[in-house]
Amino acid sequence: MTNAKEKLVVIGNGMAGINTLEQILKLTDRFDITVFGSEPHPNYNRIMLSYVLEGSKTIDDIVINDWNWYKENGIALHTGQTVTNIDTDNKTVVTDGGMTASYDKLLIATGSNSLMLPIPGSDREGVVGFRDIADCDQMLEAAKQYKTAAVIGGGLLGLEAAKGLIGLGMDVTVVHLMNDLMERQLDTVASAMLKTELERQGIKFAMGKSTAEMQGDHRVRRLVFTDGEELDAEFVVMAVGIRPNKQIGEVSGIDTNRGILVDDFMRTSAPDVYAVGECAEHRGICYGLVAPLFEQGNILAKQICGVETAGYAGSITSTKLKISGVDVFSAGEFIEGPGHTVIAAKDEWKRTYKKILLDQGKIVGAVLFGDVTESASLQKYVREATEMTDEIYGDLMGTGGHCGGKSKTAAVEKMADDEIVCGCKGVTKKVIVDAINEKGLTTVDEIKACTGATGSCGGCKPVVEQILSFVLGDGFKKTAKAGICACTPLSRQEIVASIKEKGLRTTKEVMHVLEWHNPEGCSKCRPAVNYYLGVIYPGEHKDEKESRFVNERMNANIQKDGTYTVVPRMYGGVTTPEDLKKIADVSVKYNVKAVKVTGGQRLDLIGVQKEDLPKVWEELDMPSGYAYAKSLRTVKTCVGSQYCRFGTQDSMGVGAMLERKFERLDFPAKFKLAVNGCPRNCAESCTKDIGIVGNDGGWEIFVGGNGGIKARLADSLCKVKTDQELTDTVAAVMQYYRETGNYLERTSEWVERIGLEDIYKKTVEDVEYRRTLIDSIEHALTFVEDPWKQVLNDKKLRSELFEAGKPTVIQV
Amino acid sequence: MTPQLNAVSSVVLDTLDRFPSRIGRVFIVGDTEIAVFRTSDDEIYAVENLNPHPKGGPLAEAIVSEHYIYDPLYDWKIDLKSGLVQKPDSGQVRTFRVEIADNQVILFTK
Repeated sequence: MTNAKEKLVVIGNGMAGINTLEQILKLTDRFDITVFGSEPHPNYNRIMLSYVLEGSKTIDDIVINDWNWYKENGIALHTGQTVTNIDTDNKTVVTDGGMTASYDKLLIATGSNSLMLPIPGSDREGVVGFRDIADCDQMLEAAKQYKTAAVIGGGLLGLEAAKGLIGLGMDVTVVHLMNDLMERQLDTVASAMLKTELERQGIKFAMGKSTAEMQGDHRVRRLVFTDGEELDAEFVVMAVGIRPNKQIGEVSGIDTNRGILVDDFMRTSAPDVYAVGECAEHRGICYGLVAPLFEQGNILAKQICGVETAGYAGSITSTKLKISGVDVFSAGEFIEGPGHTVIAAKDEWKRTYKKILLDQGKIVGAVLFGDVTESASLQKYVREATEMTDEIYGDLMGTGGHCGGKSKTAAVEKMADDEIVCGCKGVTKKVIVDAINEKGLTTVDEIKACTGATGSCGGCKPVVEQILSFVLGDGFKKTAKAGICACTPLSRQEIVASIKEKGLRTTKEVMHVLEWHNPEGCSKCRPAVNYYLGVIYPGEHKDEKESRFVNERMNANIQKDGTYTVVPRMYGGVTTPEDLKKIADVSVKYNVKAVKVTGGQRLDLIGVQKEDLPKVWEELDMPSGYAYAKSLRTVKTCVGSQYCRFGTQDSMGVGAMLERKFERLDFPAKFKLAVNGCPRNCAESCTKDIGIVGNDGGWEIFVGGNGGIKARLADSLCKVKTDQELTDTVAAVMQYYRETGNYLERTSEWVERIGLEDIYKKTVEDVEYRRTLIDSIEHALTFVEDPWKQVLNDKKLRSELFEAGKPTVIQV
Repeated sequence: MTPQLNAVSSVVLDTLDRFPSRIGRVFIVGDTEIAVFRTSDDEIYAVENLNPHPKGGPLAEAIVSEHYIYDPLYDWKIDLKSGLVQKPDSGQVRTFRVEIADNQVILFTK
């Protein structure tokens, strides 16, 4: 039977070719598939390279089909093999590595290359394109050694590259031939707004400049422009455009022009040879964006599998710039001509811009800057040349009488089934609708888990939400405010209320009585419920180790290789020579891989083997620093009045006192403090959960600061005069947060959700309530215990958790 | 001598009471680390202590929910029965047959 399979060969292991294969695999299993790819990687998401450069994603994160995928689908993958010739008569291909393969059907998906301008001197070291992982690696390397960079080309790719290099700490100038950035996607107004925003983010621009020469030694050192001006640059990224990679077609006698010529069914001039993606030229157009590639792949898959399909009629492309903080969108015609009716709104205060072009009353193009919430609807209107109506106008321009967003769901309703919603993963509307209907999904998270949509860049989330609300209708609103995870529709508040009301005692009981979908919960809700129980029943709730994340169960932070880190307490960031000596001795004895001074003023011993953890704790004989826990981490301090000539308060002393008093208590999330001896604020109170700043007459207390994932400056809560008032206020704020915070919600989010006013009322103004809070936390504090000591005193726990068991052979 | 995984067909890991409910334990059989989990219905499951995520790492410290685990490093959901990683992620971890006889937990390596 297997001999009867037709042979399908794919040249090119990129997004276009592999997406087409995925579509084919959904339709049939009748092919024996072989893929040749030049790059040594499995198929990855090229449009997300800018995230890799920016550092927010790794190469692994952007792999779409890992090695396993090829194996599971029985696809023979040959990476590092470039196909050099196609014999279209005998139907065989040859690679540079000497491999040959015969085919019944052949798919060319060789993509495109960076267009490298033949500028004199551009063959010097340090000049690259921005196209693949190898380019990305070169940029990351260059940023380590060199300071100045130039990006030639102010289009989509060039700007993303520039932002990436800025993020890597380079001084970057974008050199652009035209006077407008992204002139192929934006009009002059939006382009100017974009430039201003990017300048704010640190990018410099040399506009209207053409590079005459690249000077230097073995390496490029500077650019010389045609007007004689010069620009220092030790690294140059050429991002002026892409060139379809049509060579294989040319050498094999297949008709080419700018790209490999295809008809509406993606057929080339050679029999049974197809081309798809950026290497193909269809009706005179070579596309360089991702959406057309999915649309072409869809039609091609049907064509190859013999499923009836309408031909490809070309794509209306739309553009989104992937730079954080800069939202730009354009679709269709965006430069107004004499025949156009223009609807435009520019808001210089909010820095937004919206322009819609009509041709004889029909929507034919749009540009958005700053606020792109209407991009999904506009994309659809433009594609379908929808007639402008009062209703649509009201919706798009924000003057509509109804605010239910009815016509937005109407836009979703009219969306074609096979329209791609998630461009990163190639998920169509139909796949999402079917998943909602067949599996009873009610949240975007569930859709992500099931289909992958929104899982990559997240840009399609608004559309997915609209589809969800369209499919569920009224059912959407009820479930939309979502439970704490997919296991329950209940919110934290409802869960906590039920625990108190019904006297529930264990996570198992909570999940059983409150009818969780999964009787034992998941990694999101079990730790949360365990925490809520602990706050409600201090001293009585038996902490469930099995409901704790690894770090809190092991009392150490797990690293990617399975080793752990150990951070002993160093109250207020103050230590002694004796303790330092002990830390050094233990580090040497247990072969610690690195000793790192943490951001919270203490020492982190990195790379301790799991079985050594108890021994390290025992020999350190210091309290756990809780660097792994949702608990009080450190109290950062400055030197303060004990030694500093500016100090007005004893920050070291008070910091150590607060750390001793409140350590070991569970919080919804990690909790950081800082105490400063004067308003110079050397210990950075403004980015701590509670920041304390000393002044001549007392202390000022700040709450809700965060220096992490979403930076937020702390708000001033109140001023106090005495150390006792300070301790009481800190206690009240901590307990109020413990009682009302959602699990994993940092105070920065909590303050915004609950409101500073309410926090002030409960912890400062309302003396009685404040007293209750203080009493509650004092009560809870009587039960805390050092976790390292606990493990050392419990032999069974120690061996079960930390030591590997040694099995015995059965004697037969 | 520690038994080698390929050389023997079964080994005794430990007595059942030494497996805490819903908390993983690690055993070393020859060169292979095995993570063993006791679920709340007192079944025992054994998988190789090797995270199927491309970056690797251990599995034993996972959160256990019924016969699934949530891996400690990347929060992937894995079926202990088949070793299969649940969607939207994919992969598989090697599983081992386990039987409980006379309060002894026995691992079959072949």
